[in-house]
Amino acid sequence: MIALGQDEIAKYPFLADAGQYLKDKGFSLEQFGTDPDLKQLIDKAYDRILVAADGKIYKSDLIEDHVSKEAALPREVFSFLLAIVLLKLCGMHTLIKRFALAEARRAEKYLERDLSNISDESKKELAIRVIDDLFSVQVEKQDDYFVIPVSDYLKHSINFHEREWKLINRHIENGLVFLTPHETVRLIRKELGTYINSKIINAKTPAMIPGFEDSVNKLALLSKKFATFTVTTGEYPPCIKHAIDVLEKGENLPHSGRFMLATFLLSKGQTVNQIAPLFKNAPDYNQRITLYQLNHLAGTSGSGTQYSCPSCEKLKTQSLCFATSECDNIINPLQFGKKRK
Amino acid sequence: MQESDIKFLEESFKKYYFEHFDLIRVPERTSEREFGYQKFNSGMTRHIQIKDDKELHLLFMQNVPSDVYCSNAYYSFPNLPMNEKDWKEADLIFDIDAKDLNLLCRESHTISICNECNEISKKLKQCRKCNSTKLEKKSLPCKNCIDSSKDEVFKLFKILVDDFAINKENIHVYFSGNEGFHVYVYNSQFQQIGSRERSELSDYIMLRGAIPETFGMKKFKPNRSSFPDFDDKGWKGRFSKYMYGTKSKRSKIISELLVNGYSSFQKTLDNVSENIGVKIDPNVTMDIHRIFRLPGSINSKSGLTKILCKDISKFDPYNEASFLSDDTIEILANSPLEFKLKNKKFGPYNNEKVTVPIFAAVYMICKKLARIA
Ligand code: SF4
Ligand SMILES: [Zn+2]
Ligand SMILES: [Zn+2]
Repeated sequence: MIALGQDEIAKYPFLADAGQYLKDKGFSLEQFGTDPDLKQLIDKAYDRILVAADGKIYKSDLIEDHVSKEAALPREVFSFLLAIVLLKLCGMHTLIKRFALAEARRAEKYLERDLSNISDESKKELAIRVIDDLFSVQVEKQDDYFVIPVSDYLKHSINFHEREWKLINRHIENGLVFLTPHETVRLIRKELGTYINSKIINAKTPAMIPGFEDSVNKLALLSKKFATFTVTTGEYPPCIKHAIDVLEKGENLPHSGRFMLATFLLSKGQTVNQIAPLFKNAPDYNQRITLYQLNHLAGTSGSGTQYSCPSCEKLKTQSLCFATSECDNIINPLQFGKKRK
Repeated sequence: MQESDIKFLEESFKKYYFEHFDLIRVPERTSEREFGYQKFNSGMTRHIQIKDDKELHLLFMQNVPSDVYCSNAYYSFPNLPMNEKDWKEADLIFDIDAKDLNLLCRESHTISICNECNEISKKLKQCRKCNSTKLEKKSLPCKNCIDSSKDEVFKLFKILVDDFAINKENIHVYFSGNEGFHVYVYNSQFQQIGSRERSELSDYIMLRGAIPETFGMKKFKPNRSSFPDFDDKGWKGRFSKYMYGTKSKRSKIISELLVNGYSSFQKTLDNVSENIGVKIDPNVTMDIHRIFRLPGSINSKSGLTKILCKDISKFDPYNEASFLSDDTIEILANSPLEFKLKNKKFGPYNNEKVTVPIFAAVYMICKKLARIA
């Protein structure tokens, strides 16, 4: 594993071995529950989860990429490690997912900054090694760009729907794709989220620690707020499942995809208020606009016409179709799963 | 097909496999491949595992297949049903077929066989005898078909080498045995990519899905400095050569493109794609579970061999892919078209008994234009 410096652990706390880190610093989890000074850190950890649950990125105490005050560094890492402990104690997967996603976004910012760092080679080296070690994508620097093998690029880019990510719209030379630091990091966003998520899921759940109960209870309440829209069920066709997946991961779903998803769910009898939270993770989420658009599609505002779900053929041309044998030559996603004679 | 025709074809094929087994290219890592074969007038037998060339030889001798296939994929268990095979990787494969090239010559060498009354004619819409529209079409590809397919192979080859840095030695071109070419790429960085990735790769090679920005045309405040130039790598350079023609015209053409605007540029791109994109069949490239005609085996649509083209520019399928006997046989031939094989001209024949070499008889019977007299 990579040897991490002080700043690096604060930026990429998920790379640290949690138990080892605490031991090295001379702390035990129990101390955080009892020592009044350390207890503040539990509140900080709780805040960190709260911010993530809200779909925002936790604003850390890091200034540029240095720790503002010497003392801030352990606090920064502790709040992350304690957040994981809280999440494990609470056990709500929706919260873990959201937390992992937000932390991935946070790390993404630092990775991008480290990659573009021209004055400090070692920072760039580290970012490159993080990407290689974690996602086996071999990045190399070439002039102002980062280059990766076409095959590695494809494995990640096929999950994107914007046309600029198509291979044809990329600069290619010698079997390598040329990317900016921003694009390089964007390419592994999903995997970064998955990595952090699985790290949390695989962490051992400790027994309840005295002093942690309050925060855990508050989290359990909080997670109820999000439990209302677990809409992913087996009855949905692949195109719809895929769209929900994209949104849940905080990826961008093109307008045509949102149109398909909304019209499909409306036709299935879901209400605007049930559907709206689905879009909450979208990078450009705006509650007012989303509700307005949904009402428009539902025909409860404006013209009064309810829009219908596009045909499979149409969706194919929009690259939104992910047909499996279960689709069985239906012509509209709404027919999915209905037995035909 | 009637019994006597099948018997004749089987005998001819068996003789070929007996005498020319050296032409069969037993694929590397044979035992990790899935094999399949067809016999005349019967369905496909798939999911066969073969250890080595001895076993393969046995398959040919015992079954006398009309067609033999082999996967480009490598599996842990090639003999199990598809979802239990455990897919490991697959060679990259491209199919270039004259029938996909929209060539003008095509109509002139296509004939129809009526499904109702078996009438054979050059009329392609309706049977001239019974007016039925249920027609089976057969094409005897001409030199232009072959040359045009070769051009696509050259274009593909260049992209594979220049853009994807694939080693020339790892690219093998085969005549398909009928109307086109199969291009195999071994040991590349693409061995392990899946179907969706391969589909993206196809789009790149076909120049499909490009946006104007990629070729320097911006939506807002477009300017000439971002347009590509002749020496640019990849599609930008190829685009330049096609669009500008000569260096002196570049400036004028960029001005035109800027005046016409963004949405017109997108249409221009569609047109460019049609002209310089490589015409491969994307469905073939993205299918990672398919079995392909085995190199060195006979294509029962023509009686010609799927053969490795050592020098594709000089390759002449009607001379170099026909390996059947020169002995003669009497057949009842009904071919409105004439054709050339092994430097000899044949036809047209108007439902007449003729005595021809076996290689020509097989060609016509495979095309359903003759039967054993
Ligand atoms: S076939 Fe229709 S229902 Fe199935 S994935 Fe495609 S668009 Fe959806
Ligand atoms: Zn007829
Ligand atoms: Zn032709």
